[in-house]
Amino acid sequence: MKLAFEDRVLVAVVYFFLILLAFVTFYPFWNSAVISFNEGTDTSMGGITFWPREFTLENYRVVAGDVRIIKGFGVSIARTVVGTFCTIAMTSLLAYGMSRRELIGRGYYMTFCVITMYFGGGLIPTYLLIRALGLMDSFWVFIIPSMVSVWSMIIFRTFFKEIPAGLEDAARIDGCGYWGTFLRVVLPLSGPVIATLSLFTAVAHWNDWFVASIYINNENLLPVQAILKRTLDSNIVSEIDTAAQSHVLRTQKSFTTKSLTMATMMVITIPIVLVYPFLQRYFVKGVLVGSLKE
Amino acid sequence: MVLPALALVLVFSYFPMYGVLIAFQDYSVFKGMSASPWVGFKHFEDFFRSPELFVVMRNTLVISMLKLCVGFPAPIVLALALNEVKNMLFKRVVQTISYLPYFLSWVIVANFTISMLSTDNGSFNIFLQWLGLIDEPVSWLSQENYFWAIIVSANVWKDIGFSSIVYLAAIAGIDPALYESAAIDGASRFRMMYLITLPCIMPVVIIFLILAIGNLLNAGFEDLLLFGVNPALRDVSDVLDTFVYRMGINLGRFSFATAVGLFKAVVSVALLVGANRLARRTGNSLW
Repeated sequence: MKLAFEDRVLVAVVYFFLILLAFVTFYPFWNSAVISFNEGTDTSMGGITFWPREFTLENYRVVAGDVRIIKGFGVSIARTVVGTFCTIAMTSLLAYGMSRRELIGRGYYMTFCVITMYFGGGLIPTYLLIRALGLMDSFWVFIIPSMVSVWSMIIFRTFFKEIPAGLEDAARIDGCGYWGTFLRVVLPLSGPVIATLSLFTAVAHWNDWFVASIYINNENLLPVQAILKRTLDSNIVSEIDTAAQSHVLRTQKSFTTKSLTMATMMVITIPIVLVYPFLQRYFVKGVLVGSLKE
Repeated sequence: MVLPALALVLVFSYFPMYGVLIAFQDYSVFKGMSASPWVGFKHFEDFFRSPELFVVMRNTLVISMLKLCVGFPAPIVLALALNEVKNMLFKRVVQTISYLPYFLSWVIVANFTISMLSTDNGSFNIFLQWLGLIDEPVSWLSQENYFWAIIVSANVWKDIGFSSIVYLAAIAGIDPALYESAAIDGASRFRMMYLITLPCIMPVVIIFLILAIGNLLNAGFEDLLLFGVNPALRDVSDVLDTFVYRMGINLGRFSFATAVGLFKAVVSVALLVGANRLARRTGNSLW
């Protein structure tokens, strides 16, 4: 099809804008990866953009040998696996109950849950509650308070309602109770929703640093994001300090910190980069369902 | 089957709501809520008289307004642009890349930002020098003037792709016959975008805009906490949420911080209810 001049200008502008956006979005990843593969002191000379100048795997070797970071990864993986499992189990169970017509007072329960999406006690009362419950410095502070997600519950419930009632009736006639129906009929049919909501839950667990930063003092329980946060603080402060100092005064140490930070970041980011494109199709649907609150 | 989950909601969502009452007490950790003395609105008065009030409120409003003015239209523009792309492979690649930052933690995004803007190796400085716009690397992060621009850009960078999903879905729902008849009438692509696509997604846009108004006091928390680490930038980075955090968690002034938090919550709820009333007039509402 031949395009009019005005249309060609529009298409050109659109492509230019999108390519620019994709570049600006992708470049920080690329650049960080490049820095993580570049020799630390060489990086300090500056000017690393698209390709490493002195290729090395040394940064990754150091990260892999750092006990704190290894422990951090252990904590992150443990909380992501346990946390995601617990949240999905608890939330889907709630949603299944809420999707049943025979549940007495389900309208009230729904209101009870939805209110918490808009109102909350805020940071300090929550903090005092967690403290009073003795969850400070405990692994369970990562798991228990976030076990019910109302947003996920709404998506689950919408999905469960779509499951043909006949299937559940058939299970009932074959002698399944609610638990049996839920475990053997409803859950196996819910693959896509479970995958999507697990992705969101897992990403939230994997990315969290705030819960750890306020409730955890024990070094051994810090997830890797919280450890990275500490290097971030020192980098921000050093960035601001160096502005006041001359170039000569900067220490060698902060430069190698940079390479190591980049390597750590890459290792944290890569699981997400690898998983999410496969789930894109599902989560797009999930977001749309989630935006319709009754 | 629903009881364990409801119990959790009760404990972790409703109990803190009750805990808000400490805003009206001189709460002491040792005495607990039942034994701490009631002091009425003392902490609210303290906040309204405090010298930080002006700075914190200004920062909160300015940052959230900037996020609204830049961050709100950006995904709409992206959705409109993606809609013009007929090459499916290109479209999918751009979309996949643009969603990605949404899944990164703020810690990572902040690290990226610092890396891009740093004076010793920052690509942004290298790029500007290459263009000849600056002679010496600029220390963007150490200066108050640039802070708001940086925080808003980082937010747009993180969320633009993901936020565009809803608008793309709205665009996908437009009746193709509208475009066909416009094409027969000889309308250009730009006119179609302006006269068909945009009006058709307006209801969705309005709903989201109204919701954003309810969020006006949420200038952001994690991002500001991470970017505003340095006390030197506090004059531009301290917002209501970070102020509550600093007063409560760092300084242990629990009652005062809860009072500030409650003030914020009450104003936010008022904004939300008001916004919802507006939304009802447009035929779409939250409840």
